Amino acid sequence: MEHMPLNFPFLAAALLAAVSFYIMIFKKNLIKLIMGIAMMSSAVNLFLVALGYRAGGNAPIYTDVPEGPMVLPVPQALTLTSIVINVAVLALMLTMVMQIYRHTGSLDSEKSRKLKG
Amino acid sequence: MLSKIVRTVANQLIVFILIFGLYVIAHGHLTPGGGFQGGAVIVSGVVMLLVAFSSKELKKSLRERVLTILESTGALIFAALAFAGIGTAFFYNLLVDTPIFGRIPPTGPGPGDFWTGGVVPLMNFAVGLKVVAGLSAVVLAMALFSSGEEVEE
Amino acid sequence: MRRVVGLILWLVLVAFLVWGALLIHPFGYPPSDMDDYMIENAQEETGNNNVVASVVFDYRGFDTLGEATILFTAVTGVLLLLRTLKRGEGDS
Repeated sequence: MEHMPLNFPFLAAALLAAVSFYIMIFKKNLIKLIMGIAMMSSAVNLFLVALGYRAGGNAPIYTDVPEGPMVLPVPQALTLTSIVINVAVLALMLTMVMQIYRHTGSLDSEKSRKLKG
Repeated sequence: MLSKIVRTVANQLIVFILIFGLYVIAHGHLTPGGGFQGGAVIVSGVVMLLVAFSSKELKKSLRERVLTILESTGALIFAALAFAGIGTAFFYNLLVDTPIFGRIPPTGPGPGDFWTGGVVPLMNFAVGLKVVAGLSAVVLAMALFSSGEEVEE
Repeated sequence: MRRVVGLILWLVLVAFLVWGALLIHPFGYPPSDMDDYMIENAQEETGNNNVVASVVFDYRGFDTLGEATILFTAVTGVLLLLRTLKRGEGDS
């Protein structure tokens, strides 16, 4: 398997991002919008990890490693930071949706646009 | 609150989950793992306890004031370890070649030694404490808000 | 009418993303100068067997400090939004 045809992992990350854009443009329910944002974070993390793969490589850890080249370690460190930041922002968004539902009584994003008072 | 079988099994399983999470945190410089991954394992054990017992029962053991104090302590220890080597650079690894955590492993593949790594295992413990306390407080506050409507501080 | 214009713009975006994904370097042969230095010299300079942990906490420790700050701020924000105080007598 010399060269993977059409770069399949990058194509999968691009298609996931495209589906997430469709959800964010055309849906009105607040919970569905949050699910679209979570899907976008999955697409970006997959793209970052797939950037640093070497053909036939092993994990970059020196404890009992077999012979061969090693995978690049820096994109894995960036993905770790990205996952933690996405979890924190998702928790804050869900809390705001809970308070909106208690104060206005519906989950439609059209009804909670107008400022009152 | 679920039935008696579920409560007994959850009481037995939480010990093994806690030991596995502490193993992943402590061996972060030898095997894949570290502070963030081990913290996520322990928080999933806390969520299992929250589902088996109701949130009103769990509020008597895990008070929120203690959890926020623990989280701030973890963040302060991490910042203090970063400032400790300020004589040379900001994040200088000053514990290499000293008797505490200071051995250097031979180059190339081989079995790992636990007392290596410099300042990295101490940072793993600080970050693990911070993640466990912070995410447990968030999950407990969300569960109490949507069911109980009690006074929280 | 608005939905048709939105659909056409979304198709243009999908075409741009797919065309961009086909033009990156072939999968499995990345350009790597900085990572070769880190794989060679991480065991003598930091004394770790785990190269990823030494990258996260030693070579790029400033990013981990920023991430710990973000986690702290998010937990504070969530605990601030979910407070229900009792409406007692004489509450300002």
